[in-house]
Amino acid sequence: MNKIVNPNELRPVDDTGPLYAARKKVYPQSISGTFRRIKWSLMAFCLGVYYFLPFVRWNRGIGAPDQAVLIDLPNSRFYFFFIELWPQEVYYFTGLLIVAAVALFLMNAIGGRIWCGYLCPQTVWTDLFYAVERFVEGDRRERMRKDKSGGLTLKRASEIALKHAIWLMIAWWTGGAWVLYFNDAPTLVKELVTFQAPGIAYIWIGILTATTYVLAGYMREQVCTYMCPWPRIQAALTDEWALNVTYRYDRGEKRTSVKKAAELRALGQQVGDCVDCNQCVAVCPTGIDIRNGPQLECIQCGLCIDACDNVMTKIGRPKRLIGYDNDINIHRRQEGKAPIYRIVRARTIAYSAIIAAVGGIMLYVLATRTLLDINVLHDRNPVAVALSDGSIRNAYTARLLNKSGHDRVIAIDIDGPVNSTIHVVGADSITPDRPMIVIPRDSTSELRLLVTAPTENNPEKSIPVRFRVTDIGLGEAASATDNFVAP
Amino acid sequence: MTDHHNEIDSVSGRTTTGHEWDGIKELNTPLPRWWVITFYLTIIWAIGYWIVYPAWPLIASNTRGVLGYSSRADVAVELANLDKIRGDKMVALGAASLADIEKDPALLALARAKGKTVFGDNCAPCHGSGAAGAKGFPNLNDDDWLWGGTLDQIMQTIQYGARSGHAKTHEGQMLAFGKDGVLKPDEIVTVANYVRSLSGLPTRKGYDAAKGEKIFADNCVACHGDGGKGNQELGAPNLTDKIWLYGSDEAVLIETISNGRAGVMPAWEGRLDPATIKAMAVYVHSLGGGK
Repeated sequence: MNKIVNPNELRPVDDTGPLYAARKKVYPQSISGTFRRIKWSLMAFCLGVYYFLPFVRWNRGIGAPDQAVLIDLPNSRFYFFFIELWPQEVYYFTGLLIVAAVALFLMNAIGGRIWCGYLCPQTVWTDLFYAVERFVEGDRRERMRKDKSGGLTLKRASEIALKHAIWLMIAWWTGGAWVLYFNDAPTLVKELVTFQAPGIAYIWIGILTATTYVLAGYMREQVCTYMCPWPRIQAALTDEWALNVTYRYDRGEKRTSVKKAAELRALGQQVGDCVDCNQCVAVCPTGIDIRNGPQLECIQCGLCIDACDNVMTKIGRPKRLIGYDNDINIHRRQEGKAPIYRIVRARTIAYSAIIAAVGGIMLYVLATRTLLDINVLHDRNPVAVALSDGSIRNAYTARLLNKSGHDRVIAIDIDGPVNSTIHVVGADSITPDRPMIVIPRDSTSELRLLVTAPTENNPEKSIPVRFRVTDIGLGEAASATDNFVAP
Repeated sequence: MTDHHNEIDSVSGRTTTGHEWDGIKELNTPLPRWWVITFYLTIIWAIGYWIVYPAWPLIASNTRGVLGYSSRADVAVELANLDKIRGDKMVALGAASLADIEKDPALLALARAKGKTVFGDNCAPCHGSGAAGAKGFPNLNDDDWLWGGTLDQIMQTIQYGARSGHAKTHEGQMLAFGKDGVLKPDEIVTVANYVRSLSGLPTRKGYDAAKGEKIFADNCVACHGDGGKGNQELGAPNLTDKIWLYGSDEAVLIETISNGRAGVMPAWEGRLDPATIKAMAVYVHSLGGGK
């Protein structure tokens, strides 16, 4: 029920504060360890694939492009190694997107934000840009000091210039690699450096140079925190069994100094392992404290695990005070119970099943797809024509698709009205009742088909008619069905 | 209206407009500065636009603008570009023989596409958009041709027309046997039934076949030929087939014999360029009935 408020008691709300929080610049410290090595390896792999894939060659025969991965927009073809897709086969991409989405869910059900922490382009390029920043300006403390002092000496100015120059080169190469997926890479590289390339290539390089430079150089963790929808979706999708980067409260609290902890332990008292060294905060690329529990900002890159492990080793305490753990164990540990893990559970089985099903269907369809096809469209006006001898003729527009890499000789047969004949406009009739035509490789041909039913076999109502096309060399066949209509 | 502009709202500190609904007063909140500036900028922009582009309607025309822009000129440029793109292909179409066009898939596709468009613009009003014809206007999809159905004959008919007044036009017409007093009404009924019998249609009870054949031989064979097979030189239709331009009812036939027929097909030479006429001949031929 609404409470009745005396208008005299209404006060304007305090609207003096800002509507957004000012960004606190993050200065991640360099770190070494298991997860850092995993991140370096994945970065090298991902960037290697992205930058060099367009140069991989794949022989498809004479006249066809020899680039392994090519999106040929002018000719509406997509090439991926041994696969060649036409625009009407875009459903493979739909399937791929479904698989990708569910794979993301599966990763999340198993190990939290694996995508965010290790694989997302935003993470990979930001990580690379941070590496450049550290290389040029020094580690966390130096960068903080240089930013704070603010004095612009010649050395400092040259440092900043160098950093941005390297950033821009990386960004430019990123945009450059992008356009290579849309044209023959070696040719386009030659054209680009001699300024012969089409303007649109330069525009796209410019756009992606700008986005890379801005997103990885300036926006950084703000993209993950404010712009990206995945953290919100991820938070709704996760469950108590998913492994997340977690601080172990039961082991860590209460925090004390190394010296004090040793003293208290000597007295036989219970002390936490956390020595409050703040290393986990220092290395964090999103600038949060993992000890505050799961947070939206945390991309779960595992660098705080490395930082804490290094400290624990130094002070002679067991590793993984911060580690991959699930929600259930946080509570179980506080109750003194042994941790339990369950990777195989309904959720992961369901996700895996969806991936297997969609992937399986796609592979099956891809493996069994025919490289010869026919589509038929009945004439709308007139639907049927009476001829002078009383027979009936229907006309159709047929489109024959030859997706293979060689020219085909095609024979067309029909199953329709009894004793009906078929004629292809423009085709030489060597065999009058079995028209044959040539369809060039990797193309379609539009034909006008005329089907005539003799007087005595005039159908009274519309009956189905099937057009069968056969590659007379290879025996491949396809068919399409339409109707034969009486006037 | 009383002046409320001096009333200050205690919560926001703004003046009110004086509008009040059930004790709720409308605040006199000014528009955001950026909005007002944008608004004035659009006005300035509009003034610039008047000067540069055609804008104000005058009595007979409109202001031209300093750029001299006109959308009509744009169309002319685009059409010229289109002709440039098509140039070689239309030249090839104009140079190739009709038979060669049908045998070359690329030329056939071009001729059909071009022919279909031009047909829709020029021929569809009489022959229908799908060339299915109407009473008095032949169906071009079937295999019955008044003036011949080969590629050359079709092209000739398109070029010069029928009874079009062009020097090379097809001539020949169905005479008005009744109106001109050549045949008496009962003779017309008899010969109409005879004509129906030629294509196996039922005849009127008590009709004299021998008399009908005699009237036909005396008056009709000159154009329609022995047995009524027709003559494409004169555009005389074949009376033995199942296709009728005006209809096969007795009443329609009596009307035709009494008053004659002389449908007109215009000549397109001079109105369409030769390559286009060629494309149209190929298109009509490819509809299905071509010989």
